[in-house]
Amino acid sequence: MANIISQKEIFLKGIVKENPIFVMLLGMCPTLGVTSSAFNGLGMGIATLFVLLMSNIVVSLVKSQIPSKVRIPAFIIIIASFVTIVEMILEAYIPALYEQLGIFIPLIVVNCLILGRAEAFASKNKLTDAVVDALGMGLGFVIALTVLGAVREILGNGSIFDFKFVSENATTFILFILPPGAFIALAYLTVLFNRINIKNI
Amino acid sequence: MSIKKKDTFINMLVSLFVITIISGFLLGFVNDLTFEPKAKAKMAKKVEALKLVLTSFDNNPVTEIKKAKSSLAKDSVEMYPAFLNNDFVGAAVIGSSEKGFSGLVKIMVGFKPDGSIENIVVLEQKETPGLGTKMKDEKFLKQFRNINPAAFNLSVTKDGGEVDALSGATITTRAFCEATQMAFDEFVSNGEALKIPKK
Repeated sequence: MANIISQKEIFLKGIVKENPIFVMLLGMCPTLGVTSSAFNGLGMGIATLFVLLMSNIVVSLVKSQIPSKVRIPAFIIIIASFVTIVEMILEAYIPALYEQLGIFIPLIVVNCLILGRAEAFASKNKLTDAVVDALGMGLGFVIALTVLGAVREILGNGSIFDFKFVSENATTFILFILPPGAFIALAYLTVLFNRINIKNI
Repeated sequence: MSIKKKDTFINMLVSLFVITIISGFLLGFVNDLTFEPKAKAKMAKKVEALKLVLTSFDNNPVTEIKKAKSSLAKDSVEMYPAFLNNDFVGAAVIGSSEKGFSGLVKIMVGFKPDGSIENIVVLEQKETPGLGTKMKDEKFLKQFRNINPAAFNLSVTKDGGEVDALSGATITTRAFCEATQMAFDEFVSNGEALKIPKK
């Protein structure tokens, strides 16, 4: 019973208490780069979630076989392999998303969230905990990216998931689609998230 | 928790070697697996664009592709002739311009046999979202349909032409016009060669 409770805690902390974007501010490069629409944010989030899950599983499985001096290169090879697999699968089956995400897919390799979880959690905990941790952190990442993408798309383009709710000629805050808008939107969302979070505690 | 392997040279060598071997084979396997779907997806995209720019054809223009050297483009220009019952019904030409706001703008222009434009589809662009990307919108593309570039000044009204620029994206519009003009020039200079079916 205690085990289940602690696993639930591990899962929830990724989404709320240690949310990778709004609390830990990890993996900012894809966060700011690709979230110009809710769909892009969701796609990037799911790709990262998959890589995070697979790398956590493998790292947790082989942790005792890797001498600690070479653990970082070993983790990077494992992560890079999964990222390349994701890239090839996306190009083959979802070419539209592949084009939108572009350079940010190979850059998942250097997303510090993934290496951070491999180093700080998966290499020290057993398989089931590592899986739960990856799911929690990954979901937190997906939610954060989708929300950020949705906010930018609503303000900047007057649409959400490509469904337009303002007229064709309406003036929108194009700034929010552009790079500076990413910083502004992220900052306000972080403030809002932490405000609600602190109140809860 | 099991005991960690010691940091001896041989241990480090073996563990890294094993990991790289496994990941190498895994990547090779996935590459083989996705090779065909990748090619198919690329082909499907081209066929999709062709269907939009040319009305009715019963051949496969992708297999009848003709390439021509052009002084205007880095690579050779791709042209896809379309036939209906072996009669020439038009051709799609890929036009490009490096003068977009963020570099390359690549479009596919469908021409009728007389040289007037059937339709245009944007293939590749990196323009500013919300400004330059509006060149994909119906409102902008509409003004190019059914005009013959031989009797139409393909440049922005600001430059003395007849094309209404996108607001806030004059540079994008210029690049778009240049790419269209290039496609038209290539269509005219290769017109005769395109009209002969392969068979």
